[in-house]
Amino acid sequence: MADPMKIRAAMSGDKVEVKVLMSHEMETGQRKDSKGAAIPAHFIQQVTATHNGKVVLSAQWGPAVSKNPFLSFKFAGGKPGEKVSITWTDNKGEKRTDEATIS
Amino acid sequence: MALAASAGLLGPSGAWAQAWNKAAFETKNLADTVKAMGGSAPTESKDIVISSPDIAENGAVVPFTVSSRLPKTESIALLIDKNPNALAASFDIPAGTEAGVTTRVKMGQTSNVTALVKADGKYYYTTKEVKVTIGGCGG
Repeated sequence: MADPMKIRAAMSGDKVEVKVLMSHEMETGQRKDSKGAAIPAHFIQQVTATHNGKVVLSAQWGPAVSKNPFLSFKFAGGKPGEKVSITWTDNKGEKRTDEATIS
Repeated sequence: MALAASAGLLGPSGAWAQAWNKAAFETKNLADTVKAMGGSAPTESKDIVISSPDIAENGAVVPFTVSSRLPKTESIALLIDKNPNALAASFDIPAGTEAGVTTRVKMGQTSNVTALVKADGKYYYTTKEVKVTIGGCGG
């Protein structure tokens, strides 16, 4: 099981600024190990952020996104105390959801 | 797969309504990426801004912020021309979400970086060069 994401959601003016740090290898599939065997690709393919059941951002990623991916964006309509939920799914079907409270 | 889906075996996809666009992530250049996304002939636009270092010391972690001032921006994608596959990431921007995202990507070598924006059904782009001192795709 992957480690939890670090999520910060804070008011920035009238918008909510969300910053997410995910814990993932993001292996490209292009690298070889010390014996010359290809290391299979393992990377997050889809990310969805929701607030009050509404999608506020969705992303599709390729293996070029850096290891332990960082993502930041802003959305309108959130208030302190409400929750923002982030889910990712990788190319092996692994999935993780975490949430944060808007401060 | 299609059979399973039509038989309802996979259940409602909910937030995952859009499947991962494998074809787009296998393209080598902007024109093919736009095509794989269902568009054509992107127009260059000064209303898209790429903020990033001009010289990245470590190609494994290059921070990018892409923002769009185009009305009705629907999606933002980031392409690294000289990576093995051009498309690095694509973001769908629902109404109410600011048309700007920040993320970090790998760059194998010095390359032009293109931000591709879909706004009001049309595709627009802007490009800047980012120099890489140490590549991020070696092994």
